[in-house]
Amino acid sequence: MTTEAYVYEAVRTPRGRGKHTGALHGVKPISLLTGLIDELRRRHPGLDPAAIDDIVLGSVMPVGDQGGNIAKAAALAAGLPDTVCGVQLNRYCSSGLEAVNTAAARVRSGWDSLIIAGGVESMSRVPMGADGGPWAFDPETARVAQFVPQGIGADLIATVDGFSRDDVDAYALQSQQRAAAAWSGGYFAKSVVPVVDRGVPVLDHDELVRPDASMAALAKLPASFAAMGSLYDPVALQKYHWIERIEHVHTAGNSSGIVDGAAMVLVGSEEAGRRLGLTPRARIVAAALTGSEPVIMLTGPAPATRKVLDMAGLTVDDIDIFELNEAFASVVLRFVKELDLPMEKVNVNGGAIAMGHPMGATGAMLVGTVVDELERRQARRALVTLCVGGGMGIATIIERI
Amino acid sequence: MFDWAQSADGIVTLTMDDPAHAVNTMNETFIRGLIATLDRLEAERETVQGVILTSAKQSFFAGGDLRSMLAERDPVHLTWATDIMKAQLRRLEKLGRPVVAAVNGAALGGGLEIALACHHRVVLDRGDVRLGLPEITLGIIPGAGGVTRTVRMLGLSDALTKVLLEGRAFRPAQALEIGLVDELATGPDELLAKARAWIAANPDAAQPWDVKGYRNPGGDPKSLAFANNVIIPITATLRGRSRNTPFLAPQQLLSTAVEGTQVDVDTALKIETRYFADLVCGQIAKNMMQAFHFDMQHITKGRARPAGFPRRPVTRVVVLGAGMMGAGIAYRCAKAGIEVVLKDVTLDAAQRGKEYSRKVMTRAKVSPDKQEELLARITPTDRAADALGADLMIEAVFEDTDLKKQVFADIEPHLAPDALLGSNTSTLPISGLADGVTRPEDFIGLHFFSPVDKMQLLEIIVGEKTSDAALARAVDFAAQIGKTPIVVGDSRGFFTSRVIGTFINEAVRMVAEGVAAASIEQAGLQAGYPTAPLALSDEINMKLGQKVRNEYRRAHEAAGGTWVELPHFTVGDRMVDEFGRPGRLEGAGFYDYADGRRTGLWPGLKDAFGGGTTHLPFADMVERMLFAEAIESVKCLDEGVLRSVPEANIGSIVGIGFPAWTGGVLQYVNQYDGGLSGFVARARELAERYGERFEPPASLVERAARGEVYA
Repeated sequence: MTTEAYVYEAVRTPRGRGKHTGALHGVKPISLLTGLIDELRRRHPGLDPAAIDDIVLGSVMPVGDQGGNIAKAAALAAGLPDTVCGVQLNRYCSSGLEAVNTAAARVRSGWDSLIIAGGVESMSRVPMGADGGPWAFDPETARVAQFVPQGIGADLIATVDGFSRDDVDAYALQSQQRAAAAWSGGYFAKSVVPVVDRGVPVLDHDELVRPDASMAALAKLPASFAAMGSLYDPVALQKYHWIERIEHVHTAGNSSGIVDGAAMVLVGSEEAGRRLGLTPRARIVAAALTGSEPVIMLTGPAPATRKVLDMAGLTVDDIDIFELNEAFASVVLRFVKELDLPMEKVNVNGGAIAMGHPMGATGAMLVGTVVDELERRQARRALVTLCVGGGMGIATIIERI
Repeated sequence: MFDWAQSADGIVTLTMDDPAHAVNTMNETFIRGLIATLDRLEAERETVQGVILTSAKQSFFAGGDLRSMLAERDPVHLTWATDIMKAQLRRLEKLGRPVVAAVNGAALGGGLEIALACHHRVVLDRGDVRLGLPEITLGIIPGAGGVTRTVRMLGLSDALTKVLLEGRAFRPAQALEIGLVDELATGPDELLAKARAWIAANPDAAQPWDVKGYRNPGGDPKSLAFANNVIIPITATLRGRSRNTPFLAPQQLLSTAVEGTQVDVDTALKIETRYFADLVCGQIAKNMMQAFHFDMQHITKGRARPAGFPRRPVTRVVVLGAGMMGAGIAYRCAKAGIEVVLKDVTLDAAQRGKEYSRKVMTRAKVSPDKQEELLARITPTDRAADALGADLMIEAVFEDTDLKKQVFADIEPHLAPDALLGSNTSTLPISGLADGVTRPEDFIGLHFFSPVDKMQLLEIIVGEKTSDAALARAVDFAAQIGKTPIVVGDSRGFFTSRVIGTFINEAVRMVAEGVAAASIEQAGLQAGYPTAPLALSDEINMKLGQKVRNEYRRAHEAAGGTWVELPHFTVGDRMVDEFGRPGRLEGAGFYDYADGRRTGLWPGLKDAFGGGTTHLPFADMVERMLFAEAIESVKCLDEGVLRSVPEANIGSIVGIGFPAWTGGVLQYVNQYDGGLSGFVARARELAERYGERFEPPASLVERAARGEVYA
């Protein structure tokens, strides 16, 4: 009998605007992490830090302030015992969920009993692309792998599926409205831990949300990937040859926001929880990964969802809420269309279009979001999924205890 | 090979002079001579104050040995040989004494690479001197340090965009401006004097990349800014521009350059060798070397010209018809120094034709003096008598047999008694038109391509009665006006129109089959055609196609034949008659147009022909076009319409845009995966799927069985 992997706690920082004017720009990414570790210990006085086997953290730009192995550095900086290990991992935008899944798999294997999983991304400090890498920067790899940036893939999805600028803007508006409603309803109160720097409060809310967003305001924003498209559209169309031209519908308003933030999920076995006096909040039922066509890149969530549902012997109807990272509006519209989902069940409290997408942390944040929401709704199951660079999809099923 | 002369000041002048050849190349004699010379230079270094490298030939150095590269299939062997060569150039630039290249003639490819391994380059500013790295035009990259050193001299971006990717041959002044060379000299004495002066002034010369603290002039190659601002845009641009054809050399060149910036110079040189060897040993480079060097040589050496006839340059030509073709022909002739009489029905039309020359020259920024000089050679007229004494006639009037015969009759009495009689017809049989002149043995097809000034090919059509003497004169005329001639037999559409027709027809058939038009266009571009097929059809105009088709139908039925309506005919007829969309001229064809520019595919195609309802394997779409043209060319060879393989290859690339990476329409068959047998098997597969027109001709099947290729 396999050991179950339980979620005992899920916390996150608020998300700061990912610019030098953002509230969290002056806070080191490692400080975001130590703040969350401190909070876990504060909330659970019985949590003996020596019982933590490992810290598994996603970071998509693991250089500079996020370089080296930031997970072990966080354990050291937070003053955890020498026995607590740390590992940084990178599965692009899904790194935070990958960390949770990895932790769950290790707990279920019986090799570890308690792991802090999560992620961090201070995008104002370590910008996208900062880590280089052959996929985009080695001409030979870029050619063979048909590298095209994500934004072009998002616009290509809209073109292929016929989503207009109005369609994607309307989705963006919904995200803003749902996020604003969730914030004013206090739905994030349980997981959001205000960032405090040397005793001074720095940020206690997601900085990017625009409760006053409107279709008219969204319509005014310029297309973000038209200029990039002049370089990359011809490359994408070499593969999508039946498309004459890519419609550039995505803007800063209907794409995920660039932000700073971190998240952590405490994952452990039943036995570890019992030993430390922790109450399980949810169970990680199953997790799956799949590759998808890399040029359009962002269509992995649907196949990953099908895969994880098959694995768990469930159908989409068994899932009460879906949380798909709002990398771009078209990604969500495609997912909803492909799986024929009711929009009422998808991203019920808004998403990254309204609140931002701190790449390495987002997946872990979404786990916290669904655990809170399942509890609030007294519902049973949630599915978290993200589209991933290089053409990957990831999905995890969470069940409330 | 290296003549050693040391003067009293200790400067050694090395004069390269391959004893067995008219030019210096990177052959075994050279490499052995270079090794021995470097051994001596290093041994006598204490008494050597500097080195001048120059040549005893008209050119400085002619570059790599293409014949051996064509035969080379072993990258390990080629790497070994190349590394030996490069190690010597490295020894030269690390000698510890100033080394100056006194470039006293053309230095292209390997020749320039040797000069780049010197510390300083002084170039003789003579009219015939050209410098550059044209390797890319043969499907390879510079392999003797040309990539590594230009990137370190000029920076990645400039080296790639100015020198390497286009492979241009520069005049000395241009090379100086770019920074490829350092000084110009007006004569041989000044050349050597400047070399000596530089040696005297720079006793401690070293290459910048061998000096501590060297920085790449294009920015720090390891910085993120460099990656984002230089590598990313060039990589994406080249990938887009490549159109995903099998011609990878430009992207391999980019890789060589980029990867070289990430490491030290010696490692960069090794990386360069590996990419070079990989490309040289690959099939695409073989195709391109065969076509652009050996096949082209076959033509420029006049192999198609009947022997035994003296050369008689044309001095006075009358061009009949001052439309777009006639005006272009007139300009080209005048440019070559020939007196031109440009005749049309009205003087006004003839003058408009002459104005075309002014327009072209103004666009090309030719000086007003030079413009006037050329224009003075063109006499516009509406009178046949003005053609008096012309030794060449080129008829370029509307494609109508009776009209053409009428203008022949009007002009013939005024020409020189033995004038060569040419017609620029692209569709009408030459033998039929020859009835309209009194000397059919002097009548010949001179098929120019539009626009005349840019299109390099001249298709010379030999009619039933055309004499060898007339053919020889036509071939000489092509050379006189700087065109590349191919000689073909008289058949409907000759070689070029007949074969390009099969390409367009295949594309239009796919429209009829319900394939998405965008896919068809992509298939054409990814095959490597310079213009997508439906766009090309719009350029040529479907009304014209319809007219030619109807004429052929009348002739065919008059001869007792039965007309078979084919799917692409129906599409063409409907586009013209039902939708009123013949092509670009009317602003409506397969594409929509605004001010003559394509704005996008006509959205109505989907409803009209079901575009997008049929999905074919993309490789099939690509190869249907290539195979259609290749198979038609084999038939042309069978029928004697084509007279040689090199002419087929060059004619197809230069005249009708057959993809250059293939090496031409018959080389495409040779090089197909599995050789001729592979081609036959694939043709049969296409025949089974798409129709019997893909059945390989018997001659091809037999040739494959004999294990022969087209040569």
